Amino acid sequence: MSKIRIATTSLAGCFGCHMSILDIDEKLFDLAAVAEFDRSPITDIKQCGPCDIGIVEGGVCNAENVEVLREFRRHCKVLIACGACAITGGIPALRNGVPLVECMAEAYLDGIGTENPSRTVPNDPELPLLLNRVHPIQEVVRIDHFLPGCPPPAEAIWQAISDLLAGREPTLSYTQLHYD
Amino acid sequence: MESLDDEGVVLRVGEVAARHGDDPHRLVQILRDVQAALHHVPAAALDGLAQRLGLARVQVEGVATFYSHLSATARGHYHFLFSDGYTDRMLGREALVEQLCAALGVERGVPSADGRVTIEDTACTGLCDQGPAGLVNGRPLSGLGPMRIETIAGLVKLGVPVDEWPQELFDVADNIHRRDLLLAGPIQSGDGVRAVLERGAEATLAEVERAGLRGRGGAGFPTARKWGFCRQAEADERVVACNADEGEPGTFKDRVLLHTQPDLVFEGMTVCARVIGARRGLVYLRGEYAFLREPLEAVLAERRRQGLLGKAILGAEGFDFDIEIHLGAGAYICGEESAMIESLEGHRGTPRIRPPFPVVSGYLGLPTVVDNVESFAAAGAIAAHGGDWFCACGTAESTGTKLLSVAGDCARPGIYEFPFGVTVAEVLEACGGSGARAVQVGGPSGTCIGQTEFSRRIAFEDLATGGAFTVFGPGRDMVEVALHHSRFFAHESCGFCTPCRVGTSVLAQGLERIARGGAGRADLEPLKQLSGVMRSMSHCGLGMTAANPFMQTLERFPEDYEERLAGDDVMPAFDLDAALAEARALSGRDDAHAHLEQRHG
Ligand SMILES: Cc1cc2nc3c(=O)[nH]c(=O)nc-3n(C[C@H](O)[C@H](O)[C@H](O)COP(=O)(O)O)c2cc1C
Ligand code: SF4
Repeated sequence: MSKIRIATTSLAGCFGCHMSILDIDEKLFDLAAVAEFDRSPITDIKQCGPCDIGIVEGGVCNAENVEVLREFRRHCKVLIACGACAITGGIPALRNGVPLVECMAEAYLDGIGTENPSRTVPNDPELPLLLNRVHPIQEVVRIDHFLPGCPPPAEAIWQAISDLLAGREPTLSYTQLHYD
Repeated sequence: MESLDDEGVVLRVGEVAARHGDDPHRLVQILRDVQAALHHVPAAALDGLAQRLGLARVQVEGVATFYSHLSATARGHYHFLFSDGYTDRMLGREALVEQLCAALGVERGVPSADGRVTIEDTACTGLCDQGPAGLVNGRPLSGLGPMRIETIAGLVKLGVPVDEWPQELFDVADNIHRRDLLLAGPIQSGDGVRAVLERGAEATLAEVERAGLRGRGGAGFPTARKWGFCRQAEADERVVACNADEGEPGTFKDRVLLHTQPDLVFEGMTVCARVIGARRGLVYLRGEYAFLREPLEAVLAERRRQGLLGKAILGAEGFDFDIEIHLGAGAYICGEESAMIESLEGHRGTPRIRPPFPVVSGYLGLPTVVDNVESFAAAGAIAAHGGDWFCACGTAESTGTKLLSVAGDCARPGIYEFPFGVTVAEVLEACGGSGARAVQVGGPSGTCIGQTEFSRRIAFEDLATGGAFTVFGPGRDMVEVALHHSRFFAHESCGFCTPCRVGTSVLAQGLERIARGGAGRADLEPLKQLSGVMRSMSHCGLGMTAANPFMQTLERFPEDYEERLAGDDVMPAFDLDAALAEARALSGRDDAHAHLEQRHG
């Protein structure tokens, strides 16, 4: 039997969810026995191929995020929103209360230590263009499962993956969802 | 325009507070008066009141910002609130609001340059049978049309004070089309009170029980059981509170009862007071019905004169009871009984955690019976005529009659008192609404049905209702109806609990997308899930029912949704390319990566 293919990416996130994925520790061996990673920071593969599971960390803050997310949706049979930022926009969405022009000014013109004699916002197509607000990923593509948490605990991530590997609907128990 | 400096404001609110005995529990009433006097509640008023009433400033501010009839910024000396019920829309209110705005050179929601005029929208003002309607400086305007708007614009331009406007502008009709047990005028004032004195409290409670009376506010709780619980609660003092908040869009029967049968309502409250042993009665009258206050006060004064209120009622030693009217300030949630009690106590209208129920711990912690206007009216009549008289009418589980507030696409909108058990088709026949596409029974929080269900009955066994009966004719777009009402709930959510505060807004946004063709079939699923969460996880009835318009129209009128869906998959929830416009402008970019296509996946 060929191995299950998994892709992961971090959009507007902090890689904390990816750290939590790595936190499944020795279960990574169990995972490696049945699955291999496609596009992911773990493999550094740059383009996603056909996959069984896609795991997305982070919200959507720029045009590139939208394109990557669409690539994942196109190639992954099952797409998981992993963590608070993917599900709600999270910390990056705190900028939603600040007009984009002020964010840009702080970043490129007036921020402490900024040197920008031309006083222009960069126009390099290499730099992804910012959306005026940060959005949760389900506002851009269809998402099959949501893993809450900041980050979701490794056990919850493992639970979801192993449920999917076993052909079950991923379900988290109350204790896996309850943080206080 | 009179403008006071901060010191002047503090002096002024001090006078207002003094008139209310500096009682912090009267804060909502005080703030209403401040708003009326100063056209807003300025920051200095919050400081002044906090100090004077011994409250924290945030407490005062929390209350002042909760109610939509109170404002932090100045409203005009001519302050228009146009009713934005769906029935008002059906009657063309949008064009009329635009007409007045244009005639006076005012933008909706923004005070005119000279600060004289403000024109705003407000939730249904309870004049659905004579809309489009509205309020000017709290006084009701009904039957608006292009001519009336022209007259009104002229009066404003000439600077005629609202009090000197022609009375006919403020006429409110009763429009009663069918009378039965209650509207026929079942008793002379005093009959109920005399009967309870003769029969005794316990036997009267038994009559209410035999009558099978159930609450008319919508939930249908057995009234005798409620009174019995309150009577049994340990306390030295108990309270009778009449819920006249009538905020459910499309409902206006309590207005007509209070206008045509006020004695009957007060009779019922007094009977209740005798049964449970209460000295204090409160009426919570929605702010939109402030015009009823004076006539009601006159009726109360007359009842005091007749010995039907006050000390030793009808000479019965120790039977002391009086009734006080409180006004709401524009908050639908204050119809929920525990939110109403909070408001009566001078707080924000946040529903309480129950238990304890009001019958155990209500107004100021005292055992309190909260009943709807119509329930008290029925109780007053039952006290006089006995339980059998009442339950001879209606169905097994829904005895007596129900006042229906009929409005929308029908020839004869108004009040219809029918025995419980009447079918929707029969009501449509009576009001000239046959051929309707849909009927919303019980307002947006109730049940919206289509033609195949018109044989269903108005009764707690089938279609329970607080009294709204809104008719949607052929060609009415039910997605628009659902969208309108989902916005209403989002606006009226008190914000206390997340499923409702967030859920109502997300649902309204979802419906906006659907309505403008920006959603795919797969977008419906999360909205359905959300509706389930709201229903099961909300703290009070508002959140529990706020998704009804969406769920019910989706189920019964799927074709209205189908024709708008953009394919089977989800669609982006926002305009992707437009969301890049600001960054494009800031960076001066316009290359291929500076644009996004609006499509799914
Ligand atoms: C959001 C909400 C709004 C309500 N509005 C009203 C109202 O305007 N009038 C009313 O009588 N009951 C209203 N109710 C019901 C009251 O909470 C309460 O059940 C009722 O006043 C009890 O009186 P009854 O037993 O005579 O019906 C509302 C309930 C909710 C949840
Ligand atoms: S359900 Fe809505 S109205 Fe009721 S308490 Fe929660 S937020 Fe407030």
